[in-house]
Amino acid sequence: MVEELFIQGNEACAKGAIAAGCRFFAGYPITPSTEVAETLARELPKVGGSFVQMEDEIASAGAIIGGSWGGTKSMTATSGPGISLMQENIGYAFMSETPIVIVDVQRGSPSTAQPTMAAQGDMMQARWGSHGDYEPIALSPSSVQEFFDFTVKAFNLAEQYRCPVFVMADEVIGHMREKIVIEDDIEIVPRKRPEKTDDYLPFENIENGTTPMPAFGDGFNIHVTGLTHDERGYPDTNDPETHDKLIQRICDKVLNNKDKICSVRSENCEDADIIIVSYGAPVRSAIEAVNKARANNQKVGYVKIDTPWPFPDEQLREIAGNASDVLVVEMNLGQMYYEVDRALKKDANVHLMGVIGGLLPTPDEILEKIEKIGGN
Amino acid sequence: MSQEKQNRFLPYLREDRLPHIFCPGCGNGAIINAFLAAMEKAEMDFDNIAMVSGIGCSSRIPGYLKCDSLHTTHGRALSFATGLKTANKDLDVVVFTGDGDAASIGGNHLIHAARRNINLTVICINNNIYGMTGGQISPTSPKGSFGTTAPYGNQDTPFKLAELVAAAGATYSARWTTVQIENLVTSIKDGLKNPGFSFIEVATQCPTYYGRKNKLKTPTAMAAVMKANTVFKSAADRMRPRDLEGKIVVGEFADYTKDEFTESIDKLSVEKSGNRTIINSAYEREL
Repeated sequence: MVEELFIQGNEACAKGAIAAGCRFFAGYPITPSTEVAETLARELPKVGGSFVQMEDEIASAGAIIGGSWGGTKSMTATSGPGISLMQENIGYAFMSETPIVIVDVQRGSPSTAQPTMAAQGDMMQARWGSHGDYEPIALSPSSVQEFFDFTVKAFNLAEQYRCPVFVMADEVIGHMREKIVIEDDIEIVPRKRPEKTDDYLPFENIENGTTPMPAFGDGFNIHVTGLTHDERGYPDTNDPETHDKLIQRICDKVLNNKDKICSVRSENCEDADIIIVSYGAPVRSAIEAVNKARANNQKVGYVKIDTPWPFPDEQLREIAGNASDVLVVEMNLGQMYYEVDRALKKDANVHLMGVIGGLLPTPDEILEKIEKIGGN
Repeated sequence: MSQEKQNRFLPYLREDRLPHIFCPGCGNGAIINAFLAAMEKAEMDFDNIAMVSGIGCSSRIPGYLKCDSLHTTHGRALSFATGLKTANKDLDVVVFTGDGDAASIGGNHLIHAARRNINLTVICINNNIYGMTGGQISPTSPKGSFGTTAPYGNQDTPFKLAELVAAAGATYSARWTTVQIENLVTSIKDGLKNPGFSFIEVATQCPTYYGRKNKLKTPTAMAAVMKANTVFKSAADRMRPRDLEGKIVVGEFADYTKDEFTESIDKLSVEKSGNRTIINSAYEREL
């Protein structure tokens, strides 16, 4: 049965998690993500799942990794200060190839800053927050519907590629209320159980660059470690080749599947002189700015990035490669801007409209910026 | 090697990972032995045991045992174990940790896991020093003892772990040393059977770092000092605090039952869902 609801973004995220098969949530209260935890505390027991309020965010990240090896799809939700605390264990999840979903409802930062105001200041932390080399997957919703849909998608990607997946929302999307439609045929990717053979290797490159994982208790008796390990999972920390092979595989399983993972949407870009590139809440203003500009016969288009990580370089070049100017609108002082610039700098002049303070940039403010670029 | 001469615990070990990394004279071997003996005495199904550990010498133990093992980040083993046990309460989850791992960087998780009375069996191997990083003082190093970060003697006051964990809410807590293996085996067995948070602290020798820094260069010298300083809890209860300074009080500090965390969570889930709880739900398409 198709369900229509008028709900808050954070509630939609929680509902998306349950629809995707999440049955374990561990988290710590933090504004503006708390309603995700509150909703799951109420709803998870109703579907046979478990909710645990942990002692801090470090423990929350640890608990969901443990939950995932316990054979349960697991998630946590937090905001900037919490994502900072989680980073070491997130790195462990990349290294141990543990599927988990981390929701970050971004707020003004750094430090405690603006708990109730919107920002997109954690985009680079999702990319580089833990130490070392890895390739994260991150999705940025720009509506309540997308917060539901992208949470489902995050779980599916986590299972397909056996890795952590971020849902990088922001306070605007987390706290706004909109109508959403929940279809009855949502695509769910269940975890694949490996065959119990004598030569099963838990850290091998056989499918999508990874291999199906058993649950603890399945009888595989596997060893999981954050140390550099061989295909059996056994530590082998001093052999350069083992490390190189492992880390390359962990990165390649995402990079080699970028065409399947990356998603961008665009409109009015074919003839555009100026293209607005954004993700998350600012997309809403970008679309309205384009509508207004077109009504005024200005050749303006927009690109919406659904998946900031891995960064969709090729898609962006294809769509925006012909524009003379590109304007990146984001709620920080320039994070994804550098990625856009890196991808397009040979073809276009890339400008930044970085807005901090907590308020969503309005369509008129974007148009003003476009006027200035046009004037130059 | 003939079948008769083979160590009876060898089938529990990942033989392809031997030799191990532990130093000569380290107490970890005796403690692994004690654990396996206790597990057999408790009539546990070894295949149902999942081990979790943090970082440090003692946290390397699960890597040598042929069961599912999660070797996690420094100090966080109990948070991973909390998730694992909550996701699948049918697993027997055992945590191996050390004094630095459990009481310093992981101190908060230790008291909260004890507070929840979650059914985990924690073996905390306390050698009073950071061995893996080369001999720095830990939160259990005796006042005045030497370490590479306490070249003039430790100015700090040590934690009493078994007492701390009992006070935090664990339903089983005990302390023994590596010179009281029989008592240790009994306590680990009792801990495994206790349906709640069980904490077994084992005071052990680290001749390589603690011994070398503190003029106790051989394992036997360390064992002799440990033995001489041991006071049973029943005797200690009648002693004055100043007479207990520098002593290792051994015995049980908690042994009772109360509601267990994952049982409560499961009960709620069964009740609210109308019995829809499924173990290993990640593998299901329809839930």
